[in-house]
Amino acid sequence: MAVMSYLEAIRETLRQELRRDSRIIIYGEDVGVRGGVFRVTEGLQKEFGEDRVMDSPLAEAAIIGTAIGAAVNGLRPIPEIQFADFIFPAINQIVQEAARIRYRSNGDFGVPLVIRAPFGGGVHGALYHSQSVEVFFAHVPGLKVVIPGTPYDAKGLLAAAVEDEDPVLYFEHKAAYRSLKGEVPEERYLIPIGKADLKRSGKDISIITYGLMVNYALKAAEALEKEGISAEILDLRSIRPLDVQMILETAKKTGKVLIVHEDNLTGGIGGEISALIAEHALFDLDAPIRRLAGPDVPAMPYSPPLEHAFMITSDKITEAARDLAKF
Amino acid sequence: MAEVVLMPQLGESVTEGTIGQWLKKVGDTVEKYESLLEVMTDKVNAEVPAPVGGTVSKILVKEGQTVGVGTPICEIAVSGEEESPSSEAQEGPETAQPSQSQANSGSPEMAQTHQEGVEVSSNGDSLRGRYSPAVRRLASENHINPDTIDGTGAKGRVTRQDILKAISEQRESATEPARTPSQEAQAEPSAAPSPTSSPSANETPVLQGAPAVIDPEDEIVPLPSVRKVIAERMVRSKTTVPHAWLMMEVDVSGLVALREQLKEEFKAKEGISLTYVPFMLKAVVQALKAVPEMNAQWNGDSIVMKKRINIGMATATDRGLIVPVIKNADEKSLVGLARSSQDLVKRARNGRLTMDDLTGGTFTVDNTGAIGTVLTYPIINAPEVGIITMEAIVKRPVVVQDMVAIRSMMNICISFDHRVVDGAEAGKFVRIVKENLEAVGPSTSIY
Amino acid sequence: MAKAKLTPELLKEIYYYMALSRAVDDRMWILNRQGRAPVVYSSNGHEATQVGAVMALNRGEDWIVPYYRDLAMVIAYGETPREIMLHLLGRAADPNSGGRQMPAHWGLKRRHIMTTGSVVATQDVHAAGLALASKVLKDGRVSLASFGEGSTSQGEFHEALNFASVHKLPVIFLNENNGYAISVPARKQMAIMDVAARAQGYGIPGVIVDGNDPIKVYEVTQEAAERARRGEGPTLIEAKTYRFVPHSSDDDDRAYRSREEVAEWKKRDPVMTFEKRLIDEKVMTEDELKAMQQRIKNEVNDATDFAEKAPLPDPNTLGRYVYAE
Repeated sequence: MAVMSYLEAIRETLRQELRRDSRIIIYGEDVGVRGGVFRVTEGLQKEFGEDRVMDSPLAEAAIIGTAIGAAVNGLRPIPEIQFADFIFPAINQIVQEAARIRYRSNGDFGVPLVIRAPFGGGVHGALYHSQSVEVFFAHVPGLKVVIPGTPYDAKGLLAAAVEDEDPVLYFEHKAAYRSLKGEVPEERYLIPIGKADLKRSGKDISIITYGLMVNYALKAAEALEKEGISAEILDLRSIRPLDVQMILETAKKTGKVLIVHEDNLTGGIGGEISALIAEHALFDLDAPIRRLAGPDVPAMPYSPPLEHAFMITSDKITEAARDLAKF
Repeated sequence: MAEVVLMPQLGESVTEGTIGQWLKKVGDTVEKYESLLEVMTDKVNAEVPAPVGGTVSKILVKEGQTVGVGTPICEIAVSGEEESPSSEAQEGPETAQPSQSQANSGSPEMAQTHQEGVEVSSNGDSLRGRYSPAVRRLASENHINPDTIDGTGAKGRVTRQDILKAISEQRESATEPARTPSQEAQAEPSAAPSPTSSPSANETPVLQGAPAVIDPEDEIVPLPSVRKVIAERMVRSKTTVPHAWLMMEVDVSGLVALREQLKEEFKAKEGISLTYVPFMLKAVVQALKAVPEMNAQWNGDSIVMKKRINIGMATATDRGLIVPVIKNADEKSLVGLARSSQDLVKRARNGRLTMDDLTGGTFTVDNTGAIGTVLTYPIINAPEVGIITMEAIVKRPVVVQDMVAIRSMMNICISFDHRVVDGAEAGKFVRIVKENLEAVGPSTSIY
Repeated sequence: MAKAKLTPELLKEIYYYMALSRAVDDRMWILNRQGRAPVVYSSNGHEATQVGAVMALNRGEDWIVPYYRDLAMVIAYGETPREIMLHLLGRAADPNSGGRQMPAHWGLKRRHIMTTGSVVATQDVHAAGLALASKVLKDGRVSLASFGEGSTSQGEFHEALNFASVHKLPVIFLNENNGYAISVPARKQMAIMDVAARAQGYGIPGVIVDGNDPIKVYEVTQEAAERARRGEGPTLIEAKTYRFVPHSSDDDDRAYRSREEVAEWKKRDPVMTFEKRLIDEKVMTEDELKAMQQRIKNEVNDATDFAEKAPLPDPNTLGRYVYAE
């Protein structure tokens, strides 16, 4: 089995999917000749031609809007939004069109569409190259939102997203692109959307998280283990739909839940998870549900100390988890 | 002094770089901002300028080698006046992670948003007496007053783990050595339900009893936790289960004769005493098979017919009452029952009972006769349906075939849950116990 | 697709759809004023533009991406009066949305009528996307987006024209310019006289056509479709027309249009003028015309009765089709 970076896993999956299904096209800003600003699509235009891997005009609403039309007329588009921060011009197309088309047509139309977008901070991207935007979409029935936390999951979730008959937002943490490496099987496999994954089993506290934070949480769990605290880590992998069953299982198991996301605290998916646990697992709770999330400032600043102060780190997770374990 | 040059981060998301070519060799002088080397990453290839002027004193990473961002790659011996200010200026923006001191400068927003859960719920003071939902539930299910538990959580809070520990300790302590050395099943007039029995569906709040009258000379003894559990269970059973009671007298002359005849030989052969208890257990098992309604549990809107026959034996210990359980009693021979019961009693005295020994009972036998009673009114070990006693064996004149004879007589008393069965079933059950005991005679084989 | 001739049969068909649409439209207003239909959006006055345009397409194969004004267009594209009435009355069998969308939110996959929302100009990029797929799949289809002049103020209108012209997509942008976006006149929508002039900025043809003449609309659309199929990219057509009724049954156009202005345009009512032309040019006899009008009346009566008797949606279906089933 090949060891790949998170980025390579995504690229090789795109390649595999493009080879498998001639209806798949990829387009967006700089994805063609340049292979994307992060090089995710490097080499794909060369292999598959300009019709299938295409540089588009710099207009996000048009990228998503045309992908909706293309999907209706038989293609399986995988448009890229260069940075998740730039997705907002396309919000109307995603939320009001892609998400609602099946419902508003009473099942007559569907939009099989995968929107890829790098998100997240910690790479000096500042306000408009660092945002976590996932919860805007997680709010919307009709959309699915997946966020892989490992190269292995990156592949299986992307293939599953391509296979899905509904619009899927596939968010890639850009700090994970080259820092995360792991074994990725060559053959195609699907990770069901909406299924969480227990990345580590433990008994004292549960850490529920997703994306890059899974990696940080795993590091935190190692540090905590040395202190005699056994942390369980649930990687959500999808934030819409949520794996309610696994969330409740881990909450009931340990009675102490720490939810971690880089996205802002207020209105983050952590609030939804907290509500689910409060509704369905109250009598197993031994401590207030705790959230460790990006602060409620509009976005991540540029200068390193400010950026670092914003970012969730494994140290911050360790600290929060320790407090919770001691409660 | 030497300036250490680190692998720079060339682009967002880049974590490592490969040395393409060193443009300076060791010993070469290099000006500040002059190109020092070429670095290749998967995003860009770039010439990296020297952060300071000086002489290249060491090259730490060879051409073609790939190292992580922030790894030292060479050292430059700084020429006199160009020391620290310039190196800081150059290093700042290239450093992936800011220094620890910078990281610690928490902003007010951070404090606000990183939810201090502990603070929120504690009001800053002791958390004794503030219980989480999990602790409340476990306390209620196990009839433990969490006030009596030492909290190890923040500010003295009783945690879920604390209460789970207390529950298991309670079971442990309840199995400490029994006070009475001889008889295997010395018991108090009533049986304490085992501490692990599950909560009944219709939990009834315990009513406040009449308050004790305390005179100045009286001594107030704090309640040990086992006593507390027993008290709560008794109140619960008596207030939620409609107890009905009946008694029959059993002529056990044959049984007494058999035991007299076998006890020495049995002790020698089996290494344990032959008592009346296994005969009673055997008789009860047979009766339960004949009247399965007695091997059942009340379940609110239904009745649970238990498939296994697990007999609890009310046992006195010096800390209180405990009810170890003989599992699958219907699969055991008389000798097997003797062995199991004595083993359980022994282990109860030595505090060696396991959780398994204390759970799963479906019916209880209470050897009240060991303390000399001839008639008792036991409290049901809810959610079981019944509890039966064996009273003291007494020689009495009785009428046998219209003649007065001296016989060894034993009363057996049963309390039963009248919701599940009526007097007819309970009476039938006791009659079968009686018949089984009376059927034993000097020629009965115990194997 | 070979250039279709304007045969008498085709002319009669164009007239039939225009007149049928007008009759359905009139009935919808009656139902609204009787309190039986909550809201009506009308194509009254736009019939020549809508029918003329789609008759030049390969109906059922090419995609149309209509907007709420396009009743006549979807009728000409294959939605029946019964289907229109089911939609108006929110019946379970409404093929556009199963009673989920407001009236005039079209969509019927089997006829290649794209589903539509309410935010204007979003459909323009969908048409470009449908055409993008046609280009990649080489299916020979053309897409036609239609929209009012008000929506040309939206970014997505411009993004669609730009995207389609850069990639030379087989798409036609049909602007139905009736001079008003609800109450706001075109001069407050744009600082130029003609929407068609926008085409220059995208390097594509911009054609102005009399939107009350179905033949002229047919011809320019046919040319645009041929150009698209040849791989030469999009065309912007501006059909100048007029709406004879308020924006919707909840609007009152007396607040922003003079009666004289409306009366002036009504002299050029496309249904009346085209009817006269067919008689004058002896394409149809008076008897034929009367027979067709009777047939239309019967169809509209049938559709109304049919839809009113049709069951409403079951509330238990509320949660269906959020995702693929």
